[in-house]
Amino acid sequence: MSRETVEIQTQNLTSALPAGVNAPDFSLPAAPERKLSLKELRGRPVILAFYPADWSPVCGDQMALYNEILPEFKRFDAELLGISVDGVWCHRAYREHSNLHFPLLADFHPKGEVAQSYGVYRFQDGTCERALFVIDGQGRISWSYVSPIDVNPGADGILSALENLTGKGSSDVSNETSSKADAAGRQA
Amino acid sequence: MSATKPVARLTPPVGKRDHLQGSPNAAVTMCEFGDFECPYCGAAQPIIKAVQRIVGERLLFTFRHFPLTQIHPHAERAAEAAEAAGAQGKFWEMHDLLFENQRTLDDWHLLEFASQLGLDVKRFSRELAEGVHRERVREDFMSGVRSGVNGTPTFFINNVRYDGSWQMEELLDTLERASERF
Repeated sequence: MSRETVEIQTQNLTSALPAGVNAPDFSLPAAPERKLSLKELRGRPVILAFYPADWSPVCGDQMALYNEILPEFKRFDAELLGISVDGVWCHRAYREHSNLHFPLLADFHPKGEVAQSYGVYRFQDGTCERALFVIDGQGRISWSYVSPIDVNPGADGILSALENLTGKGSSDVSNETSSKADAAGRQA
Repeated sequence: MSATKPVARLTPPVGKRDHLQGSPNAAVTMCEFGDFECPYCGAAQPIIKAVQRIVGERLLFTFRHFPLTQIHPHAERAAEAAEAAGAQGKFWEMHDLLFENQRTLDDWHLLEFASQLGLDVKRFSRELAEGVHRERVREDFMSGVRSGVNGTPTFFINNVRYDGSWQMEELLDTLERASERF
């Protein structure tokens, strides 16, 4: 491996697109016969959750966690999209197995192209980083975070970013009851 | 550069609303976010018990609910069952029974456990049916989400998320160091 290659790869590890930058558009398969593009979701916040691979235990926890928190994300009218370099059939099996209620996009061909455009492709592994982006309704990145590859980043950072974006508080313990939250959810 | 994330802290911190085991003046607090149907929580359970025995009065332990209902169909109901038992003063007894019987957490067995513990089964059953404790379970869950819980079990030691191993030796070392710092 040449010195130059090493340098590029090292840079890539820390070059996730920051807040304030326009989110690169993409169009990726969400199912064998269906593509989804970022542009389609304009007007609503979007959460992009890049993760290294379907089926690996930490990812499992992370996606299962987000699946559980979906109603909270919906309160902000936010759309959650999981992205990895796995193919559509793999995603379908994983989604069904884990009962996931949000799309998993296949950044499969050309491999990792979208991850690269967000600066979160891991050339040394051929997977993407465990990275989170919250994108506002105008298509601008309002928060991004790269977690150590083996650490599930949880959802607190995403919820804080959504709160900052919308000025709406989450239904945390201190200030709201679930019935109020449900009502807010219905209005959203 | 992407944003940095601060240390995950327990919100709200361990306090009076929690089910507590140990002395309120203990040197160390430990909070577990768990799911009664989660096999990892089940595996952690005997370790936590042993740690509690060894550390004794210096440790204040609490358990908050974090049911992953999409992968564990009985987890929510089991959490409410623990609270329903708690309403009759037997939270920890039910907590232990649920972990000892992780594979049989259907409604019939929950009533059976209530009966074993000598609870008022009629009241227990009514509270489960009416979802009386659903709000409490949800409060626990949301406190976990906002505190950075990232799976089950997740532990907080002195209200800071503990990312190390929960095997006995490492856990004991960590608690020991935490109690010295106090």
